Amino acid sequence: MIRVELPYHLRVLSSTEAEVQLEVPEPITLRAVLDALEEAYPSLCGTIRDYATRERRPFVRFFACQRDLSHNSPDDPLPAAVINGDEPLMIIGAVAGG
Amino acid sequence: MSSIRLLVGTKKGAFILTSDATRKDWEVSGPHFAGWEIYHMTGSPADPNRLYVSQTSGWFGQQIQRSDDGGKTWNAVGNEFTYDGIPGTHQWYDGTQHPWEFARVWHLEPSLDDPDTVYAGVEDAALFRSTDGGQSWKELSALRNHETGKLWQPGAGGMCLHTIVLDPNDPQRIVVAISAAGAFRTDDGGNSWRPINRGLISNMIPVPDADVGHCVHHIARHPSQPDVLFMQKHWDIMRSDDHGDSWHEVSGNLPSDFGFVIDVHAHEPETIYVVPIKSDSEHFPPDGKLRVYRSRSGGNEWEALTKGLPQSDCYVNVLRDAMAVDTLDPCGVYFGTTGGQVYASSDAGDSWNAVVRDLPAVLSVEVQTLP
Repeated sequence: MIRVELPYHLRVLSSTEAEVQLEVPEPITLRAVLDALEEAYPSLCGTIRDYATRERRPFVRFFACQRDLSHNSPDDPLPAAVINGDEPLMIIGAVAGG
Repeated sequence: MSSIRLLVGTKKGAFILTSDATRKDWEVSGPHFAGWEIYHMTGSPADPNRLYVSQTSGWFGQQIQRSDDGGKTWNAVGNEFTYDGIPGTHQWYDGTQHPWEFARVWHLEPSLDDPDTVYAGVEDAALFRSTDGGQSWKELSALRNHETGKLWQPGAGGMCLHTIVLDPNDPQRIVVAISAAGAFRTDDGGNSWRPINRGLISNMIPVPDADVGHCVHHIARHPSQPDVLFMQKHWDIMRSDDHGDSWHEVSGNLPSDFGFVIDVHAHEPETIYVVPIKSDSEHFPPDGKLRVYRSRSGGNEWEALTKGLPQSDCYVNVLRDAMAVDTLDPCGVYFGTTGGQVYASSDAGDSWNAVVRDLPAVLSVEVQTLP
C-alpha cells in the first residue's frame, strides 16, 4: 500500500484522515499515485493537478524521504521507501502568501 | 412569518446570518469552508433551499458546493471548468497576447425558474452553465470567442466575468459584465453576443468611447423594468433604458462616482443605491465617512444615508457583489465591507446597524426572503 499524507484543506474536502493508503498499480510513479488518489477521492480532482494541463498546481509540492520531488517527472519511479510503504508521499500546500 | 437569510462570502469562509422579519436579532452560522475564499454564495429563486457556493483557493483551485437544505449540509459538486475548444489568447497587462487560463469562479447566478440551472462567471473571463445542479459545466463559448476577445484585458483584480443579469421576461436575454472588457448581451440564449457599451466614457483607456475595454464594476436591474439597467463603472454611475443599447451618466451630485456596488430597491424600480469610494488609487470612502447614497429618481439626485454608519476614521471598501436587498416592506438593504462588517437597514436605507462586525473581509452578500 502506498501511504499519502494530505494537507489540512484537502483532508477536509475529501473527509479523510491525514494519511490515506492506496493500492497503486506498478510502475509506481507520482502520476500513478495521483491517478489512484483522484479515483479514490473524486473531490480531489482539480485540487492538486490542473484540470486542463494535468500539471501540478503552482502552490502544491510533493515531498518524500526528505526530498522535494515537485520538479521531478511525474513518470519517474517514486523512492523505494515510498513504494515499500515505509515512508509516505507528502502533498504539501506551499508556504506562500506572506 | 417571513424570515431573512443572509449569505455572506468572505476571504476566509462563508457565513449564514438569519433573522425573523423584524430584522433586529441575527444568528450567525459559520465559518463554512473555513480558510477558503468564498467569492460568492447565493440561492435559487425557484427553490430557496438550493444554495450554490464558489469556494476557491490559490493553492487548491476551485470547488463548487451545493446545499439542498438551506445550508445545513453541503456537497461538493462539479469543479471542472474547461474552456470550449482551444482557448486562444487575450490582451495582457503589457499589451502582449496571453493564453486564456481558468483561475476561479467569481459569480454564480441561478436560473429564475429552475434550481438545477445555474450560470458561472469565471476568471479568465467566460460564462459557463450547468443544467444538472452544478455537477457538470459547459461553456457558452460564443462570448469568449467574440471578435473583440483578443482586445479584452484584465483589470487590477484579474480578467473576470463578475456580473450575470437574467431577464425575467425573456430567458434568452442575458447581460454580463467583464473587467476590463465591458458589458455584453445575448438575445438568443448565449449563441451570439454583442458589446453594449455605447455611451460609456473611460478616460484611462486609449479610445475613451471604445466598443470594448471598459472596466464595468457591476450592473443591477429591477425585475419589473428589465429594460432599465444601472451600472457602477470604474468611474461613473450609468443608466440604460434600452437593455444596454445605450447608456447615459447619472452620477449627479455624488461625492465620488468611483465604487463597486450598485443595487435597486425591491419595490421602487427608480430607487437605487451606491457606496462611493474615493478613487481607484484609494479604495476607501471619501473623508473616512462610510455613506450609502440613495437616488429615488433613477440617478442624478442622490442623498447620503449615514445614520448608524461610521462617519469618521472609516477606511473600508465595499466590493462589487457585497450589496443586496430583501423583498420585505419596508425593503431591507445589506452590504458587507472589507473590514468584516455586515450592515443592515430595515427601512430602505434610512438607518443602519452592523449585524456582525468582525468577519474576515467580505467578498459577497446575498439575501433570501423566506416565506
